[in-house]
Amino acid sequence: MCRIGAIKSKEFFHPSKALHLMLPQQEGHDNSGFAMVMQDLAGVFSRHKDKPLLSLACSQRGAKMVEDYMETNNFTPIQEWIPRGVRGKKLDIAAMPYYIFRNYEYPEHYRDASWEEKEELLLSTRLALRILLEEAGEGFVYSFWPDVLTLKEIGDPADIATYFRLWENNGDLMAKNVVVQCRQNTNYDIVRYAAHPFFLQGYTLCANGENTFYTKNKEYQKSLHRGYIGFESDSQNFLYTMHYVLHELKWPIKYYKHVITPLPFEEISVRDDRAELTAIRQSLGHLEINGPNTIIAMLPDGNMVTCCDSKKLRPVVVGGDGTTVAIASEVCGINAILPERDQALDIYPNEREVVVIDAALEVKRWKQ
Amino acid sequence: METVRTQDVTVNDLPWKIEYARERCTMCGSCTAACSFQAIQPAMERRSVTISTGHQPEPSERHQARPVIRQVDSVANACTGCGMCEKICPNKAIRPVRNPDSRHALVARSGGQPLKRGGRTNLQAGRTLDKIVVGRISQMTDPALDSERHTFDIVAPFGRVLGPKELPFTAQGGELHLSDKTPPVNWIYPVIFSDMSIGALSTRAWEAIALATAYLNERCNMPVRMCSGEGGMPVKLLESEQLKYMILQIASGHFGWNRIIKAMPRMKVDPAGILIKIGQGAKPGDGGLLPAAKVAEHIQAIRGVPKADLMSPPNHQGLYSIEESVQKMHLSLNAAFKFRVPVAIKCAASATSVSVYNNLMRDPYRICGGFFIDGIQGGTGAANEVSLDHTGHPVVSKLRECYLSAVKQGRQGQIPLWAGGGVGLTGNAAADALKMICLGANGIFMGKILIQLMGCVGNENGRCNSCNTGKCPAGICTQDPRLAKRLNVDLAARNIVNYMLALDSELKKLMAPIGNSSLPVGRSDALVSTEQAIADKLAIQYVC
Repeated sequence: MCRIGAIKSKEFFHPSKALHLMLPQQEGHDNSGFAMVMQDLAGVFSRHKDKPLLSLACSQRGAKMVEDYMETNNFTPIQEWIPRGVRGKKLDIAAMPYYIFRNYEYPEHYRDASWEEKEELLLSTRLALRILLEEAGEGFVYSFWPDVLTLKEIGDPADIATYFRLWENNGDLMAKNVVVQCRQNTNYDIVRYAAHPFFLQGYTLCANGENTFYTKNKEYQKSLHRGYIGFESDSQNFLYTMHYVLHELKWPIKYYKHVITPLPFEEISVRDDRAELTAIRQSLGHLEINGPNTIIAMLPDGNMVTCCDSKKLRPVVVGGDGTTVAIASEVCGINAILPERDQALDIYPNEREVVVIDAALEVKRWKQ
Repeated sequence: METVRTQDVTVNDLPWKIEYARERCTMCGSCTAACSFQAIQPAMERRSVTISTGHQPEPSERHQARPVIRQVDSVANACTGCGMCEKICPNKAIRPVRNPDSRHALVARSGGQPLKRGGRTNLQAGRTLDKIVVGRISQMTDPALDSERHTFDIVAPFGRVLGPKELPFTAQGGELHLSDKTPPVNWIYPVIFSDMSIGALSTRAWEAIALATAYLNERCNMPVRMCSGEGGMPVKLLESEQLKYMILQIASGHFGWNRIIKAMPRMKVDPAGILIKIGQGAKPGDGGLLPAAKVAEHIQAIRGVPKADLMSPPNHQGLYSIEESVQKMHLSLNAAFKFRVPVAIKCAASATSVSVYNNLMRDPYRICGGFFIDGIQGGTGAANEVSLDHTGHPVVSKLRECYLSAVKQGRQGQIPLWAGGGVGLTGNAAADALKMICLGANGIFMGKILIQLMGCVGNENGRCNSCNTGKCPAGICTQDPRLAKRLNVDLAARNIVNYMLALDSELKKLMAPIGNSSLPVGRSDALVSTEQAIADKLAIQYVC
């Protein structure tokens, strides 16, 4: 069983905090990888928060291919941050030659475009780069989005952190929101794209558990949106459904849970909103997600969300101290980074509950 | 020899021969009374008897006339092997025995008429469903559910489901509201009692199924629906609240619809749905046939017809294309029930199933509320043997093709798929249902197994299968009041109810190990096949 975690804070913090959140949950790691998505950045990226940030791991040739593609498509690099890996030590990491985090200026003819048009452009660019690198076998592109940085690598999470100097807070990498997982998925091959969290157009999600409706979810999602690709892990279904419900259908967030774990018909029939819930269950039946799971998601506005399967077969806990809120599979993780908080206020979401943490760190929770 | 011609039909030419033990027979007459085919009759035989009555043996021979039971040597009265004689004989003195050297197929056509019979296909040995196993069993990462303790949502849609972007939602204060009407959808048990008409079945048999349906709904919390078949139904039922459990069928003969339309103003509730029968899997391309022998007085009344062979044409006359004809029918029927009742279509599985399904899915009016595919192993009633045995398609791959076609277009679930034809053929309808559902069906329909539960002895090896003759020895497929009376309605209904309760438990037993509390529609990853060709065709995993 995987362990997942997320931290949302009013103040910028260093990803080492996320590592300390995950460390006590180490029995859930199998040394197959580490991945995190950071949002609302400070440090080296503080000056260009409105410019898209490309996160990729690649070979030298891959880096050149990306540069050529971006230049051809009128993206101008503004600044980049290339972590200097700690080499020479015996670290359990299958490192790529380059990790590139680079801000770009939008193509000139997009500078006055609407946000919707820019969103589409950024997605198209990432997908094109992914195909380019994938076909050549020269690298992986994880996200291309303003104010979002994604780091994924294969190996022992502690060693990966050492390699990227994530244990030391030198002020380079700071953020207010981080979602993290210290493991690769176990369903399929170990590949970098399969590592949680997954990212699409501002939506970030990682999951703990299993989605036994993977095949039917995948078959349906494939035709819904050009961004729904890969499917290296059954947990990607959670992300794509979230993106579909919130971004494509533009439904309020409470309906996400009604899509992935619809209420039994018996319960629907006695509710005032039965007509709407029945229509949702009918039309989106193929996005229902079954199997034991817990998810943590981060929305484009920075809000964090967590919820579980309809039977509560996987754990999750939310705790906070007024400045920082953390979500983790196990309470020992939160204890490690927020030892002074009032544990009595910790929330253990149940099977029909959704918990949302907003920018003011206010926690909203409701029954489905 | 000259009085016997070699072409004469003898008992030895018939498919079943009567084995009779004269020494055990008391001549009570039960067997001849029970034989609805009049395949046996009492006869006198002249016997040579040797007796000796004195102290010393002084045998003397004389002749005696003795009564016996004898098999009739005519095709019209051929024994069907139903075994009623054996069942009723107090002394076990008589029974039918299969005759492997039968010439029945040759002599039975001597009238120049094609051979007719009821039952299902007899030649298609082996079923695809039996070569598929539920192979993904939940283990440590995705624990199996406890089928006794967990709750399961075992319902399926009947009606047109809109795509998510077509839903007429408006958002207000974080809430979605339906701001317009959507097509009607009824969520029902994923097993429909298939369309067998009053006329094909005896009224008592039909009543038994209706009774079982109502009982399952009202006492067992299982929203099972029954399809009326083409013949219409009693006015009393049309005007009762139990109509909500019934799916009204309209087939190409439109039998019974006059009565339904006349009853509409007095209907208290809407029916569960309308099923338009385009074709049936047992005899695709054939219409319906109710032989005159079965058109009893009450059937004439319900259907509004004279006593004659009732033949539905092989297609709906006057309609020539899928798009046009289906829309016309659906629009008029929807209008009749003010668009509150979902309308589905039943077709025989065939090479063109996918084309029909695609056409229905692209219908811009969103009219069709279900696609019923009927496979070759379905059927009872009356059919030409050549049709039963030699036409049709197995249903599994056709169902799968339709589902995958919908998947390709991102429209799966919008027109619910229902599949049938041989469901429960080997006795386990729950396993068949779950496998079909995993392959993409929303639910299944079954008919033949219901009459078998009521006491039908017909089988795939040519036993009985005389549904077409009106002489059903079990009182199920007959309109002869003396035969129909043999059927105990309550017992027949009870058998169906009990089977359905068992089926429900068995469905849970199959859903639990794959970790699903709702129906696993399209969860093809839960299935495996040990035959490479089947695995390839159905796009499921091959295992060995």
